[in-house]
Amino acid sequence: MKGEVLDGAALRMAPADTVATALEDLPAGRRLSVEGRSVELSEAVAFGHKFALRAIEEGEEITKYGYVIGRATEPIAPGDWVHVHNVESTRGRGDLRAHGGETA
Amino acid sequence: MGRMETPPTFTGYRRENGRIGVRNHVAVVPTSVAASSVATRLASDAVARARATPHQMGTSQPEATRRQTERTLAGIGRNPNVGAALVVELGTEDVDAGALADRIAGTGKAVETLTVREVGGTSGALDRGATALERLNAEAESARREEADASELVFGVECGGSDATSGIAANPAVGEACDRLVEHGGTACFSETPEFIGAEHVLAERCVEDEVRERLLDRVDRRERLADLMGTDIRGAQPSPGNQEGGLTTIEEKSLGAISKGGTSPVRGMVDYAEDLPVGGGLVLMDTPGYDVESVVGKVAGGAQVIAFTTGRGSTTGNPIAPVIKVTGNPKTYERMANNMDVNASTVIDGESLETVGGRVYEKLLAVADGTPTEAERRRLEEFAVNEITPIELAELEARG
Repeated sequence: MKGEVLDGAALRMAPADTVATALEDLPAGRRLSVEGRSVELSEAVAFGHKFALRAIEEGEEITKYGYVIGRATEPIAPGDWVHVHNVESTRGRGDLRAHGGETA
Repeated sequence: MGRMETPPTFTGYRRENGRIGVRNHVAVVPTSVAASSVATRLASDAVARARATPHQMGTSQPEATRRQTERTLAGIGRNPNVGAALVVELGTEDVDAGALADRIAGTGKAVETLTVREVGGTSGALDRGATALERLNAEAESARREEADASELVFGVECGGSDATSGIAANPAVGEACDRLVEHGGTACFSETPEFIGAEHVLAERCVEDEVRERLLDRVDRRERLADLMGTDIRGAQPSPGNQEGGLTTIEEKSLGAISKGGTSPVRGMVDYAEDLPVGGGLVLMDTPGYDVESVVGKVAGGAQVIAFTTGRGSTTGNPIAPVIKVTGNPKTYERMANNMDVNASTVIDGESLETVGGRVYEKLLAVADGTPTEAERRRLEEFAVNEITPIELAELEARG
């Protein structure tokens, strides 16, 4: 497997990543160590889903595989589940252009 | 790395044009939806090696769409897995059966045509078609397997029903197999341009020529702009609700996982949907939609003899002409659907190396090429669909000239 396994339970694909992927169903309160720090899950994170490894500001880019996968739509705390409820894609957003908004 | 220096071998059917088939089917190819039922009936009533390719296209299509339909059907008939072909038409189609048969016959294989209107309707077509299939079967039967090497393989790779395990386990394992095949002189191809969005910069860096890079970026831009033209965003479809349930949040994330199924070789080219793929061509991309059945068909029409299909959530897709090897990285899917899966790549998550699991995919590719049936073949899963250029895509193509 590419990337770094965290406590046998999660995977950070690249060193720059701000999220890790759960390799099993992880319960709320589970602690994982990342580079000597401890991240406590604020909610359950299902197998294959992601959680934040550090605080992410609203509008900040989310990084996985060492590349940008979207941006935060609200502030995200370390250990929060990271998915469609708090991250949006920046690509293929014809909806934004149609409403006179901006696309990244 | 301990890799073999000479390409491994398998046995296949040498065709008159020099290509190697890994199966010896008699293709029953309807030119349109109007001839598809009779084609299916003919193939199921006939000899065991007959395979029908029913589809929805071929009538009243704009020119660009018709040309794509013709290229796809010709490519299917020309695929080296086809030993002989029967082209079936109602007699009213835009797609000309005679011209299609000629394109297929250009490979040197036996081809016949059947026009339902001219042979007494469906009853006559079933009678005449059955007789034609007996003749064509006899032609195909004379082919014998002979030794070929991996450099003669064109390996199409696909993903469908992706989840987070696809990018972690199944795709990189298949990518490892692609790298080995390319190292041995073969061709690997992956497609689904909408699933390059957000990862195109990674692929662009690997393009060996500026022309290929520009073409790649242009095609990705074209797919992305379709969303603009429709005034919608692609999030409803990309990632799909199933992908999202499996943990994929955005198209960028899905794409970054998806491109790993092609391995890490330099990108040597990018062809159109169903356009010929080069033999001995290294890693080549094909511009296809994200819909997996159409995308598989595009690569088979391009000449791929074997497909590997990764799935996290559990797709069952096969193909009538090319064997489809199913690879899953999701341990639960492997447990639930073992009868649809050929390679269990979920062991990557337990710590088995990608090199080992990728090696198993490569061995499976060679075994399947040598004649071992895939799970999809055992169950006669033979989905077939031809991509239709949509009106909005046509308008956009015309606007570009």
